[in-house]
Amino acid sequence: MNKLISSVSPHITSSKNTTRIMLDVIIALIPAAVASVIIFGLRALLVIGVCVGVCVFSEWGFEKLVKKENTITDLSAVVTGMLLAFNLPVGIPLWQAAFGSIVAIVVVKQLFGGIGQNFANPAITARIVMMTAFSGTMTTWVIPDSVSSATPLALMAKGEMSSLPSYLDMFLGKRGGCLGETCVLALLLGGIYLIIRRVITWHTPVVFIGTVAVMSLIFGKDIPYELMSGGLTLGAIFMATDYSSTPAEKWGKVIFGLGCGLITVLIRFWGNFPEGVSFSILIMNILTPFISKLTRQKPLTGGKKQ
Amino acid sequence: MRFLKLRGTHVPHKKNTAGLSPVRIPTPETVVIPMSMHIGRPAEVKVKKGDEVRVGDLIGAPTSYISAPIHSSVSGKVLKIEDITISNGGLVPAVYIESDGLQTVSDSVKPPTVTDFDSFIEAVKQSGAVGLGGAGFPTFAKFAVKDIISRVNTVVINGAECEPYITSDTRTMLDKAEYIFKGIEAIKKYTGLKSFIIGIENNKKDAIERMRSFAEKTDGVEIKELPAVYPQGGEKVLVFNTLGKIVPQGGLPLDVGAVVINVTTLAFIAEYLETGMPLTEKCITIDGSAIKEPKNVIAPIGMTIGDLIEAAGGFSAEPSKILYGGPMMGITVPSLEAPVLKMTNAIIALDEKDAEPPKTTQCINCGACLNHCPLRLDPRAISLAFKLDDPESLKALCVDICMECGCCSYVCPAKRPFVQTNKLAKAKLRAYLDKLKEEKK
Ligand code: SF4
Ligand code: SF4
Repeated sequence: MNKLISSVSPHITSSKNTTRIMLDVIIALIPAAVASVIIFGLRALLVIGVCVGVCVFSEWGFEKLVKKENTITDLSAVVTGMLLAFNLPVGIPLWQAAFGSIVAIVVVKQLFGGIGQNFANPAITARIVMMTAFSGTMTTWVIPDSVSSATPLALMAKGEMSSLPSYLDMFLGKRGGCLGETCVLALLLGGIYLIIRRVITWHTPVVFIGTVAVMSLIFGKDIPYELMSGGLTLGAIFMATDYSSTPAEKWGKVIFGLGCGLITVLIRFWGNFPEGVSFSILIMNILTPFISKLTRQKPLTGGKKQ
Repeated sequence: MRFLKLRGTHVPHKKNTAGLSPVRIPTPETVVIPMSMHIGRPAEVKVKKGDEVRVGDLIGAPTSYISAPIHSSVSGKVLKIEDITISNGGLVPAVYIESDGLQTVSDSVKPPTVTDFDSFIEAVKQSGAVGLGGAGFPTFAKFAVKDIISRVNTVVINGAECEPYITSDTRTMLDKAEYIFKGIEAIKKYTGLKSFIIGIENNKKDAIERMRSFAEKTDGVEIKELPAVYPQGGEKVLVFNTLGKIVPQGGLPLDVGAVVINVTTLAFIAEYLETGMPLTEKCITIDGSAIKEPKNVIAPIGMTIGDLIEAAGGFSAEPSKILYGGPMMGITVPSLEAPVLKMTNAIIALDEKDAEPPKTTQCINCGACLNHCPLRLDPRAISLAFKLDDPESLKALCVDICMECGCCSYVCPAKRPFVQTNKLAKAKLRAYLDKLKEEKK
């Protein structure tokens, strides 16, 4: 008889692990990926493929280089790749997409210590870097059944309300925009799945979107357009709920969502960019350590013993 | 109105044996009875090699106040007295007794004379009863409180049994309900306490019903259904969910006017008052993936785990890990030669697959650990402070109140070993505080 194992409790753990969580996120992103192919054509799949491929490869390569344990099997690089692709216009040159993927994985994620350690969302940060570096291609929108060559937000900013797509088209995603952000229906399906699977809680997305709705109401904007345009749904459900770069506790998530919503409308209504979701999330990412400190839960000590 | 809700987590129930009344298994050829099955100093051996002993004979006498007497669980001859290794790796003297198979009861076993508070406490002390928690806190000490009536409002009776697999308390509630209530009557009579709450997880409908049917006929007993969320049986969680009070840091339930006693311990005390037979046997749930026939058994204290499982039907697979108690808080059994202890309520044997430790990965900051801690600790921050050797932070993070329930490790997708770290962190904090105290002097 071999020796009995001796170890500290607990002797069982839940079936949840990092890979399973990332797999759930991938599953939740699939409806939007399918929608992007339907709306923008097969090139959408190519962009997603390049981003995912380069993300996974650069994670593998970097870890190999610095002799860290390989983590590509946790699937987090796949998630980053999909999210980055979702934030790019379908006509993006592939080498630029690849460049963005390397920035996301190597600079934003790995250099800060890998999964769980990065303070900013890799996909969002890479997108912002790309917007600065490749401002031309990053804002060339391909429009399904081309009606207009601008995104609804750009149209609204210019006051061209008559050329806006209908609410239904907006909901289904038939509008200009990044390839994974337009189909609100598909994104909501993914969000509901993540909440049911308890990968995310409702706090951040609901507060984020709710804040934008309330502010739109106050400032007399067209609420459905504000909610369904830009990357709001994608950002609120998939980016503002990233574990590493957002607060872990309930009230922290509420403050995070509120801040994102406020900064988004601030940029949308008064800023130079028509879209503010990415910046708002990045700014709140930076504030996350302070929010976490502010909302830290108090141990239940029941007062000191006299 | 209570706004605060204690968190926890859902663990699989696996109460495979809840419907099985315990069976008495044949007496083993030898038993090994360690002299330390309670918190505090080991008992002093009162027999020597070659002595004849009978069931219930005193073989170990307490050497300090917080201690418990130890009795023989078989009749037969003392083979030897030798040190054995216990779960924490320490050595304690143990009495090996060869059984004659007759189970002749000692003449010393007769109902104790109990007339008042002091004689009641003395009887509970002589019964050898200890609490079920791993530490084995002597039961009498919980009641040996000066002015008990003014300090204690409620006796909380723990029938939660929140660990997976274990059903021995459930069986006590079903099979020995009358003794639980006799125990309540005895406490009422000799201590003057009037209010009792029995807390039971709501996945044990039969037990709740049975306890209710008795409670209806008894004054001052409330049956409290608890959510089937682990760890309802944790003392602090139980006190909060029955009384709405939080046991203060570094304190006892007594500080919020409560005494907590386990259902099985209570039923045992009632039986002892009737028969005078001290604690020499236990109802034990035997289960787990390496067990052929999961069941409840009644086994003598000191029977080796190997003999016990053999007598209960044997292994279905090579055991890789065997536990005293359940999988959430159980302690690993060092070897098949290790004995059944006073605190043993279950023996869970896991096969290779179930025993394999999960692979630990990097924290992904999901927050599950801190969002599931019943006491709202931050296990990640504790681990970090421990790694950085920062006892001041450990103090601020209140690691000392951690009850080692394991919820945090259970839910963590990265499988961080928090209970292990917290144990070490507690020790570090204790050492630090002791040093501070000394320096002050
Ligand atoms: S920190 Fe302690 S009390 Fe909190 S869940 Fe972990 S083991 Fe339980
Ligand atoms: S549960 Fe595990 S992975 Fe999640 S924050 Fe806690 S330690 Fe990190």
